[in-house]
Amino acid sequence: MSAATVRPKAGAGAGTGTGAPPPRTPAERRRVLGLDRGAWFLLAPALLPILVLSAGPLLYAISLAFTDAHTGRTATTRFVGVDNFADLRLDSLFWESFRIGLVWAVCVTALQLLLALGLALLLNQNLRFRWLARTLALVPWAMPEVVVGIMWQLVYHQDAGILNKTLRQLGVLSGTSGNIDWLTHLSWALPAVILVGVWAGMPQTTVVLLAGLQNVPRELAEAAQLDGAGVWRRFASVTWPALKPVAVAITALNFIWNFNSFGLVYVLTQGGPGGQTRLPMLFAYEEAFKYGQFGYAAAMGVVMIAVVAVLLTLFLRKRLKEDAA
Amino acid sequence: MSATSPLPVRAAPGASGAGAARARRAAARMGQYLGLLCYLVFLAFPLLWLLSTSFKSPQELGRIDPTWIPEHPSLDNFREAFAAQPLARSALNSLLVAGGATLISVAVAVPAAYVLVRHRSKVGSAATGWVLVSQMFPFVLVIIPLFLLLKNFHLIDSLAGLIVVYVVWNLPFSLWMLQGYVRAVPPSLEEAAAMDGAGRLRILRSIVLPLLTPGLVATLMFSFVTAWNEFFFALVLLKSPENQTMSVILTRFLGAEGVADLGPLAAASVLAMIPSLLFFALLQRRLAGGMLAGAVKA
Repeated sequence: MSAATVRPKAGAGAGTGTGAPPPRTPAERRRVLGLDRGAWFLLAPALLPILVLSAGPLLYAISLAFTDAHTGRTATTRFVGVDNFADLRLDSLFWESFRIGLVWAVCVTALQLLLALGLALLLNQNLRFRWLARTLALVPWAMPEVVVGIMWQLVYHQDAGILNKTLRQLGVLSGTSGNIDWLTHLSWALPAVILVGVWAGMPQTTVVLLAGLQNVPRELAEAAQLDGAGVWRRFASVTWPALKPVAVAITALNFIWNFNSFGLVYVLTQGGPGGQTRLPMLFAYEEAFKYGQFGYAAAMGVVMIAVVAVLLTLFLRKRLKEDAA
Repeated sequence: MSATSPLPVRAAPGASGAGAARARRAAARMGQYLGLLCYLVFLAFPLLWLLSTSFKSPQELGRIDPTWIPEHPSLDNFREAFAAQPLARSALNSLLVAGGATLISVAVAVPAAYVLVRHRSKVGSAATGWVLVSQMFPFVLVIIPLFLLLKNFHLIDSLAGLIVVYVVWNLPFSLWMLQGYVRAVPPSLEEAAAMDGAGRLRILRSIVLPLLTPGLVATLMFSFVTAWNEFFFALVLLKSPENQTMSVILTRFLGAEGVADLGPLAAASVLAMIPSLLFFALLQRRLAGGMLAGAVKA
């Protein structure tokens, strides 16, 4: 639209009065992909770093997955075809970590959506202390991941932590049983880190859903209420249809972010106990920067993208079909 | 409409029916407050516990029966945190890296966002598509090539190298947010200026930028917080203690095998989150609007 507003300026002197189109100036002739030189000039400083340091390296990383790249080795890197993937197929530790990653991502994403939806609906009501919840809900979003991890370590701490003490006061933990060391317990560690994941990721989802709730047609909700529709009916037939596109989008993004998450669990458990919380990212990080297997780690990354892409396609396809039906 | 004001009352068939409806509404309201309370507790209790721990003495932390309120609150933990690790230095590093990366990425993103919004082109949709696709890539795939690249330029373990990484990492999101704000600037003003013979740079500088200021500030703050909080890239790229940013220094308090000096750890964590919280408090109102503005399709 403003391409049209800029163009008259260039041809203003020549094209007045006559019905003929103004002669094309050199600047106009040199339009590439619909942009003239001035536009490219403004765009380049942002586009170049993205191309050189993001798009390029990613393609390079994918190509590394087919080599035996290794840190600190003097021999040149060789192309090894699909060897890395063949090895990966038999790497039971990796698939175990993959399974844990999926459990983590699905649980965290689902709980995030449910809890955030509840909170967003509450915040959308005119309740007292809403401002407090609104403010508090933003705090986890602002906090550094590392601090969130450390904070929950203090909560989960076996002796100095508040969780064991509270459970004891509530009578969930009996007086005779010992305190639970949540983060090193074989079966409690994963649920414990999932809870932290939900706490840390819920705010952003809440903010997005709350913004989405503003799209819900007010008159429709009020009309439904006057017609005596119950809370559930009103939610299912008025609120949810309007909210659904936003909810689907943020859920898809959350799933990607959660599946690729690293810092929280790295700080909380370093993948322990016995690999019970070793997400695929932690596995790949160790492979690359502890053992220096760049090629193998890149292959893991490629497998991770492939699986996420397939899952997302299935998920979004199903949603789209439902919408079409 | 305010929900606390009485709802339009239907013509009730009998007094008992209206009473039942009112009772049901009151019960629903109670349920809502109960729900809100649960959320408040869930959100706040870890934070309060972190604060409480940061003011406790080592003796108190060693006790088997922890309490919410520190018995002898003191600032010793904060003092000790500075002594145990180069905390001030790391804060300066974080400030330099986050500040540098933010200024560069936003300065580069403003003209680009302007062009992408005002000129519909294939480049625009390709760039937006790439921003979305790049979200899918696991950090491992991003960091390995960057690590090798930076190593060639001897930028491993240097703040400059980390700034470069953060600029690239922040750019897509800055572009995304700024596009939303640019879209909100009415094009008619620019058209008028163009009629008067103003060039594109001139229009950008004297018409778009002033109108963009609130959005620009929001983007700057958001991008600063993202970089300040970042952990993974800093962990991989920075080796020597004097170069590390605050996120990485914090993990050094954890020590080997999770044996940690809890007091100073909590104190340092409290300090590390202050700048982010401050900026988010300032950003609060814009956050939802900005995210949504960026999301609305051109």
